[in-house]
Amino acid sequence: MSRIGARRALAAALRTVAPILLALLCGGIVIRALGVDPIGFYADVIALGVAGDGWQQSLTAMAPLLLVALGLIIAFRAQLWNLGYSGAYLLAAAVVAGIAPDVLGALPFLPGLLLLLGVGFAVGAVLGVLPAVLKNAYGITEIITSLMVSFIAISLANILVKGPFRDRGVTLPQTRVLDVDLMMPYLPGTRVHIGFAIALGLVVLFHIVLKHSSFGLKIDVLGASPKAAAHAGIGVKRLILVVFLLSTGMIALGGAIDMLGLWGYMRSDWNPGYGDKILPFVFLARQNPLGAIPLVAFYAILATGGTLAAQRVGLSVDFLLVIVALILFFMTIIEFLGTRRDLGRSYLPKGVLGASRIGGGRR
Amino acid sequence: MSPVFSEAYLTAFLVALLASAVPLMLAAVGETIGEQSGVLGLGMEGLLLVGGYFGFVVVHASGSFWLGFAAGAFAGVLLSSVLMVLSVWLGVNQIVVGIGITLAGTGVSSMLYDAAFSDSKPRLGDADPWTIPLLSEIPVVGPALFAQPGMLTLAFALPVLVSLWLHRTAPGLRLRAAGRQPASLDAAGGSVTRTRSLAVLFGGAMSGLGGAYLALISAGTFTPGMTHGMGFLAIVVAMLGRGRLTWVVVVSLVYGLFVAAGTALQLTSISLSNDVVVMAPFVAVMIVLALFARRSTLPPALAVPYVRGAR
Repeated sequence: MSRIGARRALAAALRTVAPILLALLCGGIVIRALGVDPIGFYADVIALGVAGDGWQQSLTAMAPLLLVALGLIIAFRAQLWNLGYSGAYLLAAAVVAGIAPDVLGALPFLPGLLLLLGVGFAVGAVLGVLPAVLKNAYGITEIITSLMVSFIAISLANILVKGPFRDRGVTLPQTRVLDVDLMMPYLPGTRVHIGFAIALGLVVLFHIVLKHSSFGLKIDVLGASPKAAAHAGIGVKRLILVVFLLSTGMIALGGAIDMLGLWGYMRSDWNPGYGDKILPFVFLARQNPLGAIPLVAFYAILATGGTLAAQRVGLSVDFLLVIVALILFFMTIIEFLGTRRDLGRSYLPKGVLGASRIGGGRR
Repeated sequence: MSPVFSEAYLTAFLVALLASAVPLMLAAVGETIGEQSGVLGLGMEGLLLVGGYFGFVVVHASGSFWLGFAAGAFAGVLLSSVLMVLSVWLGVNQIVVGIGITLAGTGVSSMLYDAAFSDSKPRLGDADPWTIPLLSEIPVVGPALFAQPGMLTLAFALPVLVSLWLHRTAPGLRLRAAGRQPASLDAAGGSVTRTRSLAVLFGGAMSGLGGAYLALISAGTFTPGMTHGMGFLAIVVAMLGRGRLTWVVVVSLVYGLFVAAGTALQLTSISLSNDVVVMAPFVAVMIVLALFARRSTLPPALAVPYVRGAR
């Protein structure tokens, strides 16, 4: 590699890692202020997230996270701010967990599993229709509509879990627990369910599609400039709809896989908030699916080890939110310095004018 | 007369309506000022939560509700200064910074609450009411409006003052110019950065105050994540209001009516789950957006960083 190339690669790597390190440093100061030894805490995070059985748990946690990240990447590449991730994940999880015992009881395993995954994807796709249609028809910003749909979907998930899908034999509102035999099998030699492999496969598949197909190019053109896309003869409205369906569908698939592989049932008022927490890593990966894999792995270790380590020292699990927010802030600062000094590529799509307008831009 | 429509019941209904409407209204007034100056504050949810938490802590420690409100507003200013520095000064993507503020506010308030209060879960007492003579004697409306904590009166005075300031004064005109035609403001000798910075900080103070109202008056305590998306509703209310604060007040009151009616229905024979009540405002917003948003216009320079000389 030429010297300039090597320097560029180094700068890009630095820009990916620096926000994370700075956030962990600041997070450490916050943890210290709450009376917990940060070095011991971070050592615990790594020990619990990787060593022993930790790596298996971390890989299991990666399955839904990868799909949520993929869903966000598909939307963000097209400059569509799909913020409806929580609702898509939870409603799909509730529906799939609710019907899984019946479906898998009635059908043979493989067709039943495929049907359930299809249902999960479809639930998300349906949720993606409304923001896309409102954007296409009236130019209402998808930032707001996707968020509103998300809140509606979260409530719907709770209504389903407390109502039609409720297991009457249990005091707390939750769905029936899926038999362990009927859950997704483990990958040979591990205790990681095959959902991880499915998620990884989809990420690689979409990497190829986004990078090397005309569909991927259309998405990138739309992201660069909707006007240019229309001028080039791309059916912009149809593409926006397809991107939204795929994006929320992937996130919802993450919910389905999490239920069928890891949990086996859904509780009411439960929200792991995967989308919020994976968001900065999607930007750090510069909306590149393959690049997102190591970053998602990092977050999975932080979350798996961090949750256990936090319980051990009596810290709220929400310190993860603080770390994630710090990563976002440091990322934007480095983004600013980076564009000033022209280091590497930008994390973020260019403008936000088009995305932030409601009312179709007519004056 | 059926007990459902008794005087005490109607008073309680009105109080419940205001308890939901006022925090939303305060946050939406703050968001309106930010949006009119050209800054999209997507961090409302986080600002409400830090305002609520710090207001709660100060009242818990000092017993003074006024100090609590001041602390809530100050916490909002502090957290929104992140948006000011990153987005107004450095021109970084406002959506990303806004999401960061929401996550930071949610995380910090929940983490600190868990560290200090998760075992005791204290509740606050009632704030001293401002009882206005004669007016408070009016049946139903009197006790609900004129024998309430002083902050309620101030909360309704604020949109009036802000509206006059925004539409009738020179600084208000400068603020709207920053959102519509920042280059013109710059050419006329005003500072876009200064105007937007102050607007962002004011928005932070208002949403911090809204969060404090929610915690101190409406709920009487703080619980992590107690806003349940109210910050995002405030953004929509501000968008629908298009800078007209009368609309912001009216829409907020309609929201309060929704919530109070939902709660009231739960008390009657109709069994309505809490999730339906929580969901209703979002469904209403989607319907309103689909019906009316095509006619609404936002400041043209919203969410666009101002760079002098750039086209």
